[in-house]
Amino acid sequence: MLDLQGYGPRLLEGAGVTIQLAVLSLILAVLLGLLTASAKMSRSWLLHRTATLYTTLIRGVPDLVLMMLLFFGGQMGLNLLTDKLYDQFGVDWYIDLNAFVAGVITIGFIFGAYMGETFRGAFMAVDHGQIEAAKAYGMGSWLVFRRIRFPLMMRHALPGLSNNWMVLLKTTALVSVIGLTDMVRVAAEASRATHEPFTFLIPVAVIYLLIASVSEWIFARLQKRYNVGFGEH
Amino acid sequence: MEQLNQWLAGLLEGNVIFTPQTLAYYWDGLVTTTQLVFLSLLIGLILAVPLAILRGSKHRWIKLPVYFYTYVFRGTPLLVQLYIIYYGVVFVDGIQESFLWPLLREAFYPALIAFTLNTAAYTTEIFHGAIKATSRGEIEAARAYGMSQALTMRRIILPSAFRRALPAYGNEVIFMLHASAIASVVTLMDITGAARFVYARYYAPFEAFIFAAAIYLCLTFAILYLFRYLEKRLLAHLKPLSGN
Amino acid sequence: MKKLLTVSLLGLAMAAGSAQARDYDHVRFGVDVPYEPMEYRTPEGELTGFDIELGNALCEEIGVTCEWIEQEWDGIIPGLLSRKYDAIMSSMTINDERRATVLFSDPYITPPSAWFAPEDTEIDEPSTEALDGMTIGVQRGTLQDNYVTDHYGDVADISRYSTADDMVLDMEAERLDIVFLDFPVGKSTLLDSDEREYKVVGEMITEPKEYFGDGFGIAFRPRDEALAERFNEALATLKEDGTYDEIYKRYFEE
Repeated sequence: MLDLQGYGPRLLEGAGVTIQLAVLSLILAVLLGLLTASAKMSRSWLLHRTATLYTTLIRGVPDLVLMMLLFFGGQMGLNLLTDKLYDQFGVDWYIDLNAFVAGVITIGFIFGAYMGETFRGAFMAVDHGQIEAAKAYGMGSWLVFRRIRFPLMMRHALPGLSNNWMVLLKTTALVSVIGLTDMVRVAAEASRATHEPFTFLIPVAVIYLLIASVSEWIFARLQKRYNVGFGEH
Repeated sequence: MEQLNQWLAGLLEGNVIFTPQTLAYYWDGLVTTTQLVFLSLLIGLILAVPLAILRGSKHRWIKLPVYFYTYVFRGTPLLVQLYIIYYGVVFVDGIQESFLWPLLREAFYPALIAFTLNTAAYTTEIFHGAIKATSRGEIEAARAYGMSQALTMRRIILPSAFRRALPAYGNEVIFMLHASAIASVVTLMDITGAARFVYARYYAPFEAFIFAAAIYLCLTFAILYLFRYLEKRLLAHLKPLSGN
Repeated sequence: MKKLLTVSLLGLAMAAGSAQARDYDHVRFGVDVPYEPMEYRTPEGELTGFDIELGNALCEEIGVTCEWIEQEWDGIIPGLLSRKYDAIMSSMTINDERRATVLFSDPYITPPSAWFAPEDTEIDEPSTEALDGMTIGVQRGTLQDNYVTDHYGDVADISRYSTADDMVLDMEAERLDIVFLDFPVGKSTLLDSDEREYKVVGEMITEPKEYFGDGFGIAFRPRDEALAERFNEALATLKEDGTYDEIYKRYFEE
């Protein structure tokens, strides 16, 4: 039987951190992605340029480097800000940006750029006739978005979304390098302490595969739902 | 030119971080990253072609092991794979006495093995997808000409599959470049390793990591343009005719 | 709208400020774990070690509650400056380079650094010739890293690790020829290990001061002079009443 030498509970806790981190980052990334996609399709030159710069920069630099830049540099930046507040107003204010929050923000920020591309492609794939028909029915633009554009867009976005989620899930492992105690970090720590790397790292790999398989199943169900009315795909 | 030199000298003067020593670290880092990524992609590519063909086999017991391999390597983080190989290799019986140890002792080769196995898994799936997408007509035509299965694969299916796989493979190359940043966790001084060193020594996160990010950005663009050029050359026949 | 935002931001800042009063009744320590025997975790996850016990005793003496926050070594000073915690008690050597950014307490322990290598090593005395082509292990961003980088960076391969444990594992895997560490840490992780036989190579090293400084101190933000003073007084008391010796014995004389 699997003997985790007392590390079992911490490993499970770490798995919890991994899942929470992944889900919260995904939510942030989807929101940022929708914003980016709208900015890219907007007629405003400035918005378009900003969004393009964001997606290009993020997609051109490794996740780990961005993570370190945002995590360590973000700390330094906040530091400058709070020092200024203290010197000018005498308020001793600190912002507790813990590793978990920093991890969610960083991963969300990185994957927001990828999601932006996915959503933009999906929005553009929506048949324009459908939207015109909705407008002709007298729907307002929010209602058109909610009832027509979003569901239709989701059908096209789902494969990309599912793909991004799988990559995001694996990216969460990197937070262990910047000091967040996810399951990879617990496993690495336990491997060093006990000198039995396989005992801890293989179960972690299996947990990742399990999460990936479950999400694959969920995405397949979702795809089916959004494909309703479009025949078999 | 002289003005430029003066301007650069002025810029470098009074800066304590980008000394010749740290710049040498970044340069060595660039060399390490390039070697690691290039070699793993090359070996990964060589492995992926036969694997992709096997992956499409009609026989279950040929197809399934390959599928299992790609599923595991694509479903788990590269960092975990790297840890398992780097720390695990030590526990192979007698490894320290074997002729391989001088290589495996260095962090470079365990990292190369991990990266190669990882990229081979992704590339196998990319090629598998491209092979599957070959139009039936092409294959039937080849058969009608009396080509054998192997010859059809070599002359018809693979060349067209390679072309179709090109855009996806370009993404994989960039993905590998970015993924290689984790090499620094097993002590390799790649570009990220150099940046971590500079950060730890001077507490200068912005300088250290933005400089590294700029190098990666340049490399990414270089790869992007290379693949765009290749696509233009090799996929020209798929483009709509000019004048439309 | 803008005005409202400014006002509420200031209000928030003031609220946060008042929660973080100038005279502390709760002190948060930043610590890099594991670094046996100074700070490490038991398999159950309980934090312990010389720094931890001494730190807790000091807090008790001063009459404040304390909390330990884990932080990787290479981000430990930025973390202090950005108020993630109020002090660092993590085997941090007092030296001039660090004095420029943080305020140190009096030294609470003065351990030397030392070279550790397998029993059968060919190196008698660390020197440029002896270390030529060798692989040296150090913890990234430590004074040992700075020392080795500046003295042997041209002749030897230097492997830099995030934690001392990583380094010990690679030493046991025979990936490293020699490591340079704080002596107590090398003693408890290498000399006392039963995996392989190790020994100290050459002399204990405490010079030059520019690298090796004046022993380990607790680091504070420069403006917290009052807090540092309270810790200095408490340290003197604990040394007098025997508490310090008791903790010292538990970790270094077994």
